[in-house]
Amino acid sequence: MSHVLPPSLTHRRALVANVLSGLCLLLVVAPACLRPAHAAEATVMARPAAERVIRMATTTSTENSGLLGWLLPPFEKACGCSVRVVSVGTGAALRLGANGDADVVLVHARAAEDRFMAAGHGSERRDVMYNDFVLVGPKADPAGARNAGSAASALKAVSGRTHRFVSRGDDSGTHQMELDLWKAVGGLPKWPGYLSAGRGMGEVLSMASELQAYTLADRGTWASMRARLDLAVVSEGDPALANPYGVIAVNPARHPGVNARGARELIDWLTSAEGQARIAAFKAGGETLFFPGLPKPGR
Amino acid sequence: MGLLEPTLEALRRLAALDPALWTIIGVSLQVSLAALAIAAPFAIAGGYLLAGARFTGRRALVVLLQSLLSFPTVVVGLLLYLLLSRQGPLGAWELLFTREAMAIGQVLIAFPIVCAFTLAAVESADPRLHETARTLGASRLRAALTVLREVRFALVAAVLSGFGRVVSEVGCALLVGGNIAGHTRTIPTAIALETSRGAFTEGIALGIVLMAVALVVNVALAFGQGSGQGSGGARQVLHGVGGR
Repeated sequence: MSHVLPPSLTHRRALVANVLSGLCLLLVVAPACLRPAHAAEATVMARPAAERVIRMATTTSTENSGLLGWLLPPFEKACGCSVRVVSVGTGAALRLGANGDADVVLVHARAAEDRFMAAGHGSERRDVMYNDFVLVGPKADPAGARNAGSAASALKAVSGRTHRFVSRGDDSGTHQMELDLWKAVGGLPKWPGYLSAGRGMGEVLSMASELQAYTLADRGTWASMRARLDLAVVSEGDPALANPYGVIAVNPARHPGVNARGARELIDWLTSAEGQARIAAFKAGGETLFFPGLPKPGR
Repeated sequence: MGLLEPTLEALRRLAALDPALWTIIGVSLQVSLAALAIAAPFAIAGGYLLAGARFTGRRALVVLLQSLLSFPTVVVGLLLYLLLSRQGPLGAWELLFTREAMAIGQVLIAFPIVCAFTLAAVESADPRLHETARTLGASRLRAALTVLREVRFALVAAVLSGFGRVVSEVGCALLVGGNIAGHTRTIPTAIALETSRGAFTEGIALGIVLMAVALVVNVALAFGQGSGQGSGGARQVLHGVGGR
């Protein structure tokens, strides 16, 4: 019987050679793959090539909820350009902007956005829309969070006993919101049921469902996954749970390579009457998830 | 942003011996070493038996085993997740998002690697060795141990390959472990987290830690197996592997 695998030494050399040739191939092929033939790119040739692509760094909530798929095509058609969306956590999205790897940043973490602007990474910031967070947990609500009143006291009711709470723990906008709520009730208590997962909203909701734990979720992701989860909303509607989104154009003075014109057009369109109406018209699972403008007090 | 500055910052933080960092390293080592301790004996025995056995479908089994080497760890994680989920058949065990679940996943990932490499090692050994041992009156087990001792460098390489794969895998650990801080956060899942939150410095620091852990384990095994001299006079089939 012939050798099924070559002796390890030869095997290793072959492996190194394979990896190297694979990398070379990747270097050659990757740039070509990064430029998909896009309808808008093909039809509008008047625009300089560099300005026909707008790179947007945003949070997972806007992409996963389907909002961007609903919102961006009319803009792309009108502008004759294509928007390439990278959806990551708010922290990573702002980092992409700060490194000049994105032209526009659409995120929901006001304090971090203000720091981004103060550091000179952005040339302009505008309020676009808002959605809200919900506290979800086991349907039986063993912690009694439903009757706790405010969102912060509901969270307080979950803490410190045998109940479990799954935290995003990833510096995302949702994580920031959770930390702000804890601050309102005297800081994050330390108890063994507090699980810092460091994962995305969808994963954390699944974990909470599996562990029958509580968690804080943005309404968009919650609405899109609700059917598959063994969880229920235990606290909602508190004004403290409103979640405003801001859009920022990356500063061309700091990063000369960015598509400043495209960024400006996208921001103008998002805050235009047309863009705002389209945001208001977006529904997922029969529910309105994003509201144009700034949150109204008392909602 | 350059690469040098965060790398230096990463090294500074490593030198500060952050306790959270050591917990992550501890979880990684505990889970991966436990998984290998469980998988390796069965995989080596399986590889040895498969090398000597002659039966219909053997060829297909060998091909299947080798295909499993490229089985995505995230699929292993997904299958295990579905098994261990509250709705799954093993949901009552309540193992999801525990180190035990991660270790089970890593056993499944390590087994085909160690098994296939053992098979290759035993097949490349001199067949006269087994025959001679049997002729001299050795039991089947004794003969097996003689052959395995003969190819021990290749076996160490097999186990190290398995270790390298499980200690660095992120897909399964993330799915069935959940990346819970202080419980199931391993070095690779922590790197995935740091990258997703834009904390590249921490990601690089953890990458260096992973390299260091791999280096320590490799060096320990390289010394542990001795120089390889005086092993009974048979030819050193895979001496080069053990000499790293």
